[in-house]
Formats: sequence, C-alpha cells, structure tokens
Amino acid sequence: MSRPARFWLFGAGALALAAMLVLAIVDLPGFGHYPGPYGDLIEQGGESATHATDLVTAVNFDYRAYDTLGEEFILFAAVLGIAIVLRDRRGERKRAPGAPGTEGGLVRPSAALGMVGLAMVGPLVVLGIEIAVHGHLTPGGGFQGGLPLGSAVFLAFLGGEYAAMKKVAPHAAVELGEAAGAAGYALVGLGGLLFATAFFQNFIDRGEPGRLLSAGTIPLSNIAVALEVAGAFLLLWIEFSDQALLVVPDDSGDEEG
Amino acid sequence: MTALQVGALVLVAVGAPVVALVRDPLRQAFCFGVFGTALAILFFVFQAPDVALSQMVVSAVGLPVIVILALAKLREEEAEGEEE
Amino acid sequence: MLPYLVAVWILCWGLYGIVSSRHLFHLVLCLGVAQAATYVLLIGVGYKSGAAAPIYADISSSTPVVDPVVQALALVDIVVEATVAALLLALAMQTQKRFGTVDPDELHSLRG
Repeated sequence: MSRPARFWLFGAGALALAAMLVLAIVDLPGFGHYPGPYGDLIEQGGESATHATDLVTAVNFDYRAYDTLGEEFILFAAVLGIAIVLRDRRGERKRAPGAPGTEGGLVRPSAALGMVGLAMVGPLVVLGIEIAVHGHLTPGGGFQGGLPLGSAVFLAFLGGEYAAMKKVAPHAAVELGEAAGAAGYALVGLGGLLFATAFFQNFIDRGEPGRLLSAGTIPLSNIAVALEVAGAFLLLWIEFSDQALLVVPDDSGDEEG
Repeated sequence: MTALQVGALVLVAVGAPVVALVRDPLRQAFCFGVFGTALAILFFVFQAPDVALSQMVVSAVGLPVIVILALAKLREEEAEGEEE
Repeated sequence: MLPYLVAVWILCWGLYGIVSSRHLFHLVLCLGVAQAATYVLLIGVGYKSGAAAPIYADISSSTPVVDPVVQALALVDIVVEATVAALLLALAMQTQKRFGTVDPDELHSLRG
C-alpha cells in the first residue's frame, strides 16, 4: 500500500484506539484512589511473612517468584537468539582481537577518558554487588544490580583496548556465568520443592527483618538474577562489538550470506 | 497531584514525540536516553524507586550502547556496499 | 486522570513512529517508547495519594504505601524488553547485510 494511504489508515485507527482508551480511562477508579485488594494484602502481611523490608523485591522473588522465573528465561532466550542471529556466517570471517585495524570505525579514546573509565570499574563492581545483595532491604535487587556489574566489565573496553576486555572476560566465561545465574535461580525454586512443600517456597530461616541475612531465599535469588542479567547484557555488548569491530566480509569465499 | 508529579508527566509527554520524530538513529539514541531519564524521574516521583533504578540503568546505558554499536556496524556495511 | 492520558499520548506517538519509520533502528526505539506507555499506566494505577514508597526500611510499618505488585511487574518488564529490543536490532543488522537496506519501505517481501 502506498505511504500516504498507510498514513490515512493509521490516522483513522489511532483515533479509534485513542477514543476507546479514553472511554476506558474514564471508568477507572480516580488517580490516587487505589481500590486494592492485592496491594493492601501485601502491605499488611508482607513484612511479617517474608521479613523483607523491600516489598517490591518480596513480591518479585517470593510471592511471584514463578513469574520472575519465566521473565528470566525470556531474557535468556533473547540473548540466545541474538547469539544465533549474529553467528558466523558464510561470507564473513572474524579477525582476532588485537589484530591491526580492529578498532574499526570506533575512535580510540583519549588518555583522560581511558583513565577515568578504568578508575570507575572498581566502584561500579562494588555498587552493582551492593544494589543486588541489598535487594530485600532497600530499593534494588538482581535486575537493577546486574546491569552495573556487566557494564563494569564493559568499561574495560570503553577505557582501553578491546583485546584487553576480551582477555578479562572471555566469551566462554561470560556464557558460563549467565547460565549459572539462570540455573541458580531455578535451583532455588527446586530447593523449595525439596525442602518445603512447594516450588519456590521460601525454605530458609527468615531471620530478623532489616538485617542483611534475612528474608530466606530472597538474597539468593537476587544474587542468581544479578549474575544472569550481568552475563546477559555483557554478552549482548560483546556480540554487538564483535560485529562492529571484528567481523569483516570474507573476500576469499563467495559473498552470498 | 503535586507540582513535581505534573512536571515529570509533562516532561515525559514532551519527550515521546521528540523520540518518535527524530529521524537520524544516532540522534535518536541520545534522545531516547534523555526520555528514559525523564521516565526514571517520573517513576521516582510516583514513589516507585525500584522501577526508577531499573529504568535509569537500562535506558541510559543498556539500550543506547547497543544502538551505537549496531550503528557503527551499519555505517561500515553501507560504506562497503558503496565501494562495490 | 492525567497519568492515564499521558500513557495514551505516549502510546499513540510510539505507534506513529513505528508506522512512519524509514529506518529499522528508529522503529525499534519507537517500540521502546510505546512500551514506556505501559509502564506509566501500571505505575499510575498503583498510586495512592499521600502514600510512601513500599519500602519499610526507614518508615514505620503502619504508613500507607503504594501498591508493590504493579511495581514488581514494571521493573522486570523494563529489563526484559530491553533485551528483546536488542534482538530486534540484531535482526535489523543482519537485514542490512542480506538485503543492503534498512528502510522498511524497501523491504517488500521476505525472500528465502
């Protein structure tokens, strides 16, 4: 269909969608008047049941832990998909990192940027671990803490050489870390099945609310998820940087991909 | 609703058309980073610090880095295509 | 009312960006904008006037807090959908290699 026709069709459709949505919004309870009941139930019973002070993490890793397992596996599958889509193809070859010209189209960082980048690696690792491990006490958790962890390793590339980062974080080790995180989270669930009555039931002693070692299996789940998210995003960045810097068309074979 | 909440909503409402209308992918990646930061401020003001943390890290660091790396590859491919 | 209307506004602009896109990367980022609309809606639904964040670390247990369930949904959603967007970007990159263009208007049919 031609472009102008497509726009007219979209305009009509968008107006209809917006009208229906506005009609639906008018029937919602007013903003700020939350009717419950689930939020109220968790507000009343959450802290005493799980001994976690951060209710959002408690919901994610205790009340709705099974849901989070599904989401984590979506993450895993998406990274797997990217690794497959960007696999080595006929008509391309991968240069070794450190070979001349591998910095490709990316500009070499200045010395100042390199120094600041490398100086930030340590604080980022500490920050990532702190956010991930304190998930059940303060805002944070595995999903938020895993990304600073992954980007700390990636800073080694931004601050210096790509070959250096590949040495620090070899592909196999990153994949192993990510798989270990995903498997670890599933094992926590199985632990609930083995040591208590249900999959993902909180089977470790809950301790005192407010202390680091409390809330049962929630810190363990947070660590597993942080490992998985860090590994997943690091793999993503490595795959894309490999594409940008190392993969070149192979002039010796045929060009059909 | 406090003034801060209204302000954050306005910021986000202005950011969305900006991201949609900017055509150049590189510029759009940066606009998206700013839009994500505005969203993180919105979540924070609406008493959702966990979501704000998550949004901040993902949309200011995660996605723009991937877009820029992919763009570098794309520019290289386009240059190769023009040479042939 | 206002947050829900803003969510609808963002959704419509995200959809417009997808429909009018001339570059697959632009399309993926506009998809991200449309996803942001759902987060705003979720957080808006769970809000209680005058309530605090659902973290009892430094407030007494009797303070009213906003709904933690929708926040849990939104926060996992954000990370997962960023990964899916990365998958789409990888597909777009391979499209450039295979067909030589990333303009959706020029990619008429899927060959082979």
